[in-house]
Amino acid sequence: MKDKSNSVVIAGVGMMPVGEHWELSLRHLALEAMTAAQADAGGLRPQAIYVANMLAPALSGQSHLGALLADFAGMRGVEAATIEASGASGGVAARQAYLAVASGAIDVALVLGVEKVTDKASGQVQAALATATDSEYEAVQGVTPGAQAALLMQRYLYEHEAPRDSLAGFSLTAHQNAVTNPNAMFRRAIKREQYAKAPVVGEPLNTFDVAPLADGAAALIVARASALPNGHDRPQVRIAGSATATSALALHDRPDPLVLTAAAKSASDALLQSELTTDDMDLFELHDSFSIFGALSLEAAGFAERGDGWKLAQNGNISLSGNIPISTFGGSKARGDPGAATGVYQLAEATLQLQNQANENQVSDATAAMVQCLGGSGATASTHILQHAN
Amino acid sequence: MNRFPGMETSQHWRLKRQRYTLSGEICPHCAYKIFPPRDICPDCGEDARDIYQFSGRGEVYSHTTVYQAPAGHTENAPYPVAIVRLEEGPLVTAQLTDLGDEPVEIGTPVEMVTRKLGADGERGMLVYGYKFRPALASS
Repeated sequence: MKDKSNSVVIAGVGMMPVGEHWELSLRHLALEAMTAAQADAGGLRPQAIYVANMLAPALSGQSHLGALLADFAGMRGVEAATIEASGASGGVAARQAYLAVASGAIDVALVLGVEKVTDKASGQVQAALATATDSEYEAVQGVTPGAQAALLMQRYLYEHEAPRDSLAGFSLTAHQNAVTNPNAMFRRAIKREQYAKAPVVGEPLNTFDVAPLADGAAALIVARASALPNGHDRPQVRIAGSATATSALALHDRPDPLVLTAAAKSASDALLQSELTTDDMDLFELHDSFSIFGALSLEAAGFAERGDGWKLAQNGNISLSGNIPISTFGGSKARGDPGAATGVYQLAEATLQLQNQANENQVSDATAAMVQCLGGSGATASTHILQHAN
Repeated sequence: MNRFPGMETSQHWRLKRQRYTLSGEICPHCAYKIFPPRDICPDCGEDARDIYQFSGRGEVYSHTTVYQAPAGHTENAPYPVAIVRLEEGPLVTAQLTDLGDEPVEIGTPVEMVTRKLGADGERGMLVYGYKFRPALASS
């Protein structure tokens, strides 16, 4: 067992419900999550803030979120900066916090994921999202992240001779798990027949293959275990492994677009560091902004062979009581997709699981979790292994 | 807002060879053919700046239709996009055009044509570039 006093732990989490927060600005969303995480951590004050965000410059006309939010949250003077890696920003920001604390440079960091998307119309949101592709060769052709996902899904169904509804299980599982998550956007289970009849939004994607992009903010307090005040009574969740990897940005620049090499590398690097294996994982919070990424992530992270990821979603393996539960609070599909904040939500949710605080969403006897988020259809992947520290 | 990524006049001017003629590179060390050009061979990691002219022929690797279009493309929606496997090896992302009654499928032979991609702003320069159409029987 590692020396516990030097462990880096997640000492507090805070989450806003994901949804259409017409009444809240970017800074107010952020403040709610930061305050909640600090309160959860017993009032620990961070020495650095890492903000995960990708859309504020385009959709809120606001960059420089580090200084803005440190000041707005009453922490003027604290080191703060934005970390941007598209949909992987949350995981990458958490890794920066982990590195800062693990290095000994600071004792306590705050990771904030925030996204405000509902102020702008769909065309502008899609254009902003498209900048996360290779804009000179993909966006210029009218390709968006949704189109990339459709292209991958079309090829996946063809190469692996999978039926059209083979990815339904990812959506069904996510919606089932969101029913009991008070922070979820869609708290209603769906049936297989509803999935089969859903309108197509870009062949072969249907509406239930696509996560709804919405406003959200979540925060984590990352601290060295020895820096926690006496009387900190939360069950400790240790960051046992942390890794980020990249692949080619454009889908067409990847030797095999159906293999998420960054996801595979970051997962194996994080597992190696943690001295654990996929068999030790009690849950896998994967990136499900589109259902195809559920299948590709299970394959990349080593839970399924190439081409078999969709089969895991067929027979309950990924439900809360299955062999490898995913999207335990509804995932991006049903909790809602908070863009660059996704990775922070995932880490907060996995922390609740390992603290045995997930209520009706609890995975029984959960002691270790893999948490992975993807940016730009897998061009960046960030993977963390969390472990119950006691 | 009609401007969209990849379509600024200066940006387009720098990319005109690629966009008008599908001009790429070939690695002098390992003969890997590269499109889009990138100067460092993705296969062997060596310097690769020798110009290589692609034929423009290939087949559909994957395809879809974009309904929820980004600003700048909304007036054309829905439009078909594809990843095309060029006969020389590389994949390229492009819109499909001139589709007849035959459905596009993975494996459909296609060829490059030059078409309007959009405009740099409402009164701005028209931007032309490659799209792919089903290969004509004679070619």
